[in-house]
Amino acid sequence: MTPQVVVDGLISGALIGLGAIGLTLTYSILRFANFAHGEFVTFGAYAALALSAVISSQVGVSGEALEPFSISLALVLAVPLAMALTAAFALALDHLLFSRLRGKSEAISVVMASFGASLAIRAAIEFVFTSRPSYFNRELQIAQPIGFGLKATPNQLAMLVVAVALTTGVYLLLARTQLGRSMRAVSENPSLARVAGVDVERTIRFTWALGGALASAGGVMAGLLVQIRPFMGFDLLLPMFAAAILGGIGSVPGAFVGALIVGLAEALTVQLAGAEWRAAVAFVALVGVLLIRPTGIAGRAA
Amino acid sequence: MSAPPILAVEDLVAGYEPGLPIVNGVSMHAADGEIVGVLGPNGAGKSTLIKAMAGLVATSRGKVRFGGRDITKTPAHLRIRGGLAFTPQTENVFTSMSVDDNLKLAAGLLPAPRRPSRIAAMFETFPDLARQRTLLAGRLSGGQRQMLAIARALLIEPKALMLDEPSAGLSPKAVSAVFASLAEIRKTGVTIVLVEQNAKAALAIADRAYILVQGRNRHEGLASALGSDPMIAALYLGGAGTEDAA
Repeated sequence: MTPQVVVDGLISGALIGLGAIGLTLTYSILRFANFAHGEFVTFGAYAALALSAVISSQVGVSGEALEPFSISLALVLAVPLAMALTAAFALALDHLLFSRLRGKSEAISVVMASFGASLAIRAAIEFVFTSRPSYFNRELQIAQPIGFGLKATPNQLAMLVVAVALTTGVYLLLARTQLGRSMRAVSENPSLARVAGVDVERTIRFTWALGGALASAGGVMAGLLVQIRPFMGFDLLLPMFAAAILGGIGSVPGAFVGALIVGLAEALTVQLAGAEWRAAVAFVALVGVLLIRPTGIAGRAA
Repeated sequence: MSAPPILAVEDLVAGYEPGLPIVNGVSMHAADGEIVGVLGPNGAGKSTLIKAMAGLVATSRGKVRFGGRDITKTPAHLRIRGGLAFTPQTENVFTSMSVDDNLKLAAGLLPAPRRPSRIAAMFETFPDLARQRTLLAGRLSGGQRQMLAIARALLIEPKALMLDEPSAGLSPKAVSAVFASLAEIRKTGVTIVLVEQNAKAALAIADRAYILVQGRNRHEGLASALGSDPMIAALYLGGAGTEDAA
């Protein structure tokens, strides 16, 4: 086993973390497991791909890589737009589908609806972009030494910084702002939140938008690390759930730490047992947490 | 009564399931600065009535008026913003949030410059909470939670405060403290509607009271008159004239 596994695990954990944060917030505030969350990741990656192409060709912004990264200025500009577009997409999905079921049907109906939405969105993305993988950039990046015998590409280091910055931002939003307090209040007791003056519907809309935007950032990271495929989000769904549950539902730092643990465990497994066992790691982590500590690392008892 | 009612309920029908009303045509009112008790045996619909007034239970008939406006269809979060505060019987604080954050959440309804002074005023009114401000509300005692719930409701300087059984589950000492604070609150001119099982404590501070039975008005009158009527006390108030309810 080489120490490089730590870098690989942390990078993959960071992108799982961005998705897991949205998932954990949606779960704690709307009280259902959104199986379409992976499609926000995919939608975000394709949105960034399409927008960067438009920015590059129509606005004339350079599509050339910004050294030492393999990321173009067009993509840097496209990412916030893609995050906003994915936020709008998540809001639209809630408005068209989930809000109609909220409070009127069993929780399992909403979960099943999210399954259906996941299939439909994935099929639509595949229809538009085909199942052939796409790439933000085909340039090969060489991993550079970063000390302690470890190596990382400039892209990987940038992603880690962005993921930590976004996670810290969301944590501070929840801990320090009025909107964050409203989200925590709705998560704990929606009925009490209403009589405390919280606009619960507005808080729910914000949660969707935030979850969508973070998933989009995770999608761009996944696209930069590997490739962009219609199944990329679906493949990340189980690790995201494992991270959210491992971290404790509703906890942002918990979801990110959970994701880093899942990422590290996956990287370790690939090195020790082979890549074919990678997908089993999230399952084992999920079952293990549910058996040993169902409330997760930072979760509170129901 | 000289002052016009600030809060009024007219022929209200409310419940949790369509066609199964718990409150079945109740009318009541509270004048500015008054303390009004809503009493009655278990299952009388007292809590459902007050929840419907707060906007948490659907109404199928009748009206709720506040400050002269019909608020029957107004969402719950806009009722509190309009000055009609409510503290539920149980789960009345956000247990996973600190005492400070519980109050800051309420302060968010005020303009930013007023928030610190209102939070400071609440800590002055409830010094016990000031000593626990960084503690999670879930770790407070029952009495302290009730105080925090009342502080959260009062922070926005409401015109009326509705309380659902503030004595429920509290020790006799805590009940005394809660009712003493209600007596102080009324001095600030806030109208109080008090749903209570502990009829003796409620009648001791109320000006008037309504007695509900099976979702309907049964008696109403001055608190002193209702409290001293042995028949009413024995039939509807669990012997309110002689002992405390739990």
